[in-house]
Amino acid sequence: MRRVAHEVLPPLAGIAGLIVVWGVIAATTSSASIPSPLAVWDALVDGLRAGTIQEAALKTLIRLAFSFVVAVVLGTGLGVLLALNEFARRAIRPLIVALQITPFVAWVPLAVVWFGVSERAVVFVTIVGSFPAMALATLQAIRQVPPLYERAGRTLGARGWTLYRKIVVPAALPGMMAGLQQAWGFAWKALMAGELIVVAAGATGLGHLLAGQEHDVAALLATLAVIVAIGVAVDYVVFGQLDRRIRARRGLLPEA
Amino acid sequence: MSDATATITPPSREAGIPKLSVDALTVERTLANGERIVAARDVSFDIATGEFVCLLGPSGCGKTSILNVLAGLDRASAGRALLDGEPIEGPGPDRAVLFQDPALFPWLSVRANVELALELIGVDGDERLERARAALASVGLSDVLDAQPHELSAGMRQRAALARALACDPSVVLGDEPFGVLDAQTRELLQNEVQRVWMGSGGRTTFLFISHNVREAVLLADRVLVMSARPGRLLEEFRIHAPRPRDLDDVLVGRVVSEIHALMLREQERPGA
Repeated sequence: MRRVAHEVLPPLAGIAGLIVVWGVIAATTSSASIPSPLAVWDALVDGLRAGTIQEAALKTLIRLAFSFVVAVVLGTGLGVLLALNEFARRAIRPLIVALQITPFVAWVPLAVVWFGVSERAVVFVTIVGSFPAMALATLQAIRQVPPLYERAGRTLGARGWTLYRKIVVPAALPGMMAGLQQAWGFAWKALMAGELIVVAAGATGLGHLLAGQEHDVAALLATLAVIVAIGVAVDYVVFGQLDRRIRARRGLLPEA
Repeated sequence: MSDATATITPPSREAGIPKLSVDALTVERTLANGERIVAARDVSFDIATGEFVCLLGPSGCGKTSILNVLAGLDRASAGRALLDGEPIEGPGPDRAVLFQDPALFPWLSVRANVELALELIGVDGDERLERARAALASVGLSDVLDAQPHELSAGMRQRAALARALACDPSVVLGDEPFGVLDAQTRELLQNEVQRVWMGSGGRTTFLFISHNVREAVLLADRVLVMSARPGRLLEEFRIHAPRPRDLDDVLVGRVVSEIHALMLREQERPGA
């Protein structure tokens, strides 16, 4: 109970404070472009009742899951390859860093040229936007594995690929978690940008929903709230817990 | 062709071939600042099958470097290191290594650590589980099979490392001051454990331990090789004839300990040393 109070109360207080400040601003300006928190709540309930929000969220999450899995597999594989081979590291790492620095939105026009105004263009932008983080974090995590584990593994008879699979990669896992979390953040941002800009006929998704709501600010804010909520929930619940569990298992968490 | 090879006995089966052999070995190391130093110079010794040898010397005398060459983790700059008369090319499960840090894998339970070692030499299924259990039971860790390494005390961790090393039935156990960081009492328990394991192996398992602790070396070894400060060379060899299991109160043990202490002191005070 005390832990719940300690961890959950402060962020809730922050959100409550934000709503109050916003409510005051909305009340004093009484402009159509700043709807009251209550109006947004109503729009959210309407959207949920009509099912448009759920449908859009589901489509978005499916797109996200696919892109994220591809980005993680690609990023991890590339990271391991770069850790294994110095030539590949010197040749390819700068390119991945360049890709990492490039704003993912810059890929949207090219994606549209290559894939048309389509689902595939959105997925492409999401993968390109997120795999570099995973690749660089994997490389970094592997290079930071204490040499002792590798030496111990070799004396036990592990070599080559087995050494990597059984010892180096598991040892690097806590460091790779940081990359996973970061890649998730980039994927989520890139997907929203992609969906917002590339609106294929008949496609649904939270970004697409947002794109059609310029004239209904309350609905727009309701969609935005759902986007924020999903982002935070996945970050805290999925990756936060996963990271916690991995660290606890290895005794890397400070004693509570 | 087949006739010719048939007449040649593999050297390892021949009588008189030492289990481990170090021949005019020189090991250099590169320090973090890029400087090359000679860790050990022109060291030669043989270890017979089933022998327990301790390599004793002050810190930095290259004893760990020699051990690493025998483990196959490092390369010699000059000279040869042989196992059963064959040059050592790399590490292998036939030579278990106990590091100063237990080097248990923190993502695996104690049992899974031992099981991984067995898996790497191709032991599978029920046999793997059974052998892991037996190995951990033999060092008194039956109660903590599913604990994570960080949940154990330092002594228990080193015990688990010993179980992991012995589970694969190595012919050689190389110890790089494995009890160096333990408190005196835990250290003594583990020394007794190692004596017991070695006696139980019936002369099949060869032990080479590195130590800078004279009492530990005399307690454990049939033969103590004393090295000089860097660049390390062999100073003298002591054969310990005290009956086993030994303890530090044994008069013979005490006498050899004083003798080695005196030698090391003389060496330290030698001009130019």
